[in-house]
Amino acid sequence: MSFDNAYESLLGHEDAHWAFGTGFSEALSGVDREFPAGVDREALAAYCLMLGDDALICSQRIAEWCSRAPELEEDIALANIALDLLGQARMLLTRAGEVLGKTEDELAYLRDEREFRNVHLAEIDCGPGPGGDFGTTIARLLVFSSWRLALFSRLRGSADPVLAAIAEKGLKELAYHRDHAAQWTVRLGDGTDESHRRMQAGLERVWPFVDELFATHEVEARLSGVAVDPASLRSEVDGVLAAVLDAAGLTRPADTKAARVAGMAGRDGVHTEVMGYLLAEMQHLHRSMPGAVW
Amino acid sequence: MTTALEVASAVRDPELPVLTLADLGVLREVSEEDGRVVVTITPTYSGCPAIDEMGADLRRSLRAAGFAEVEVRLSLSPAWTTDWISSEGRSKLAEAGIAPPARIGPRAAGPVPLNLVPPSRQVACPRCGSPNTAEISRFGSTACKALRRCNACSEPFEHVKEI
Repeated sequence: MSFDNAYESLLGHEDAHWAFGTGFSEALSGVDREFPAGVDREALAAYCLMLGDDALICSQRIAEWCSRAPELEEDIALANIALDLLGQARMLLTRAGEVLGKTEDELAYLRDEREFRNVHLAEIDCGPGPGGDFGTTIARLLVFSSWRLALFSRLRGSADPVLAAIAEKGLKELAYHRDHAAQWTVRLGDGTDESHRRMQAGLERVWPFVDELFATHEVEARLSGVAVDPASLRSEVDGVLAAVLDAAGLTRPADTKAARVAGMAGRDGVHTEVMGYLLAEMQHLHRSMPGAVW
Repeated sequence: MTTALEVASAVRDPELPVLTLADLGVLREVSEEDGRVVVTITPTYSGCPAIDEMGADLRRSLRAAGFAEVEVRLSLSPAWTTDWISSEGRSKLAEAGIAPPARIGPRAAGPVPLNLVPPSRQVACPRCGSPNTAEISRFGSTACKALRRCNACSEPFEHVKEI
C-alpha cells in the first residue's frame, strides 16, 4: 500500500521506467488489440503518432506554466490539463509502438525532430516564455481543445477499437479543457482594456496555425473508416470558436496561413524553429541517463 | 476462505483512501483463469498517475492473501464515469469532507455542449450542509476533484467533479 511506504515507488521497481513508473505495459490489455482486417498498419501507426505527438508536445508546452501561472488555482488547472494530454499521448504512442515494435518511452524520448508528427499549433511558444503570454496560452488551448474535441467525438466511431476507446475516454477530458479555455477567453476578452488587448493579441498569434489543423494528410486519406478527415471538422470548430469570440467581444483574426516548407508542415515532420529547443528540454534527461528511474 | 473478489474489493484508492477501488467503480472484474487471478481496472482519467499504484496495491494484497499468480489488466472501454461511484462510496466521501459528484446519467447524443459559464450545480457543503457554495477552481489537487468554497461557513472543500 503506497500510504504505508510512500518512498517505495521512488526507489523503483524492477519493471520501472524513468518516465511513468510501473505497469503501463498493460495499458491497452483490456481492449481488443487485434488490428482490424484490411487496415494499413503502417498508416495506422503514423496516425497514432500524429494524434499522440499533438498531445505530448502540447502537454510539454502547457506544463511550462507549472509554478509560473498567474494564480495558484490556474497553476493546478494547467498542470491537470497537461496531465490529461500526457495520458492520451501515452496510450496513442503505445498503440503506435505495437506496430513499430517500440515502447512509448522510446517513441517519446528517442525520436529526432523530423520524426515528430504534431501540428505546429502544439509546439509554438505561447508563454510563459518570451514567445507568448497567458492570453496566448489560452488562445492556443481554446483552438487546440475545440479542434481535438471535435476530432475525438468522431474518432469514437473508428474501425480501430483501440482508437475508439482512447477517443471515448479523452472526449470527457477535452470537454473540460475547452470549457476552461472558453471561460477564460470570455473573462479576458470581456474584462479590462488590457486583458481584452492581450487576449486579442493571443488570437492573432495563434491564428496562422489554424489552417494546418484542417488539412487532410495522405495518411488520413489512406485510413478511411479508421481516421477522421480533419477537413470535415472545420465548420463545427468554426461554429464553436465563433460562439466563444462573440461572447467575449473579440474579433476573429483574418485567415492567414503560416508558411510551409515545400508544401510540408508538422504532419510531415517539418517543424518550426522552437521545436528543437522543446525536444532538448523534454528528452535531455532520458538521453543523458538512459534507463534512469525515479 | 476469502475470495479474490473480496480481497480486491477491499483495496483502497491511493488518492482517495476513504474509498475502496470497488467504491470508486474502477474495479471492473475479478476472475480466476487456470489458478491465476485476473483483475480488470479502468482509469478515472487518461493521465491518472494513481493507476500504476492501484495495480501494484492489487498485486500486493492478493499475493499476501495467498493468490500467487495475479494479473492486472487495464480496460479503457467503457470509459469510467463518476456515476459508477457506489452509494456507500458517496457517503464515505461526504463523511471525509469531500462533496460527492451528482449523478449525470448517460451523455446525450450530439455535439458536446459548450459551457461559457461554469454550470451552476447545487453542491452542498460537506461540513455544514449549506447549499450556498461556489466553485473556486474546476481543477483541484487531483484530476478528479474541483475546489469549492462554502459561503455559509466559509470553509473551502473539494468536490469530485462529474465526468
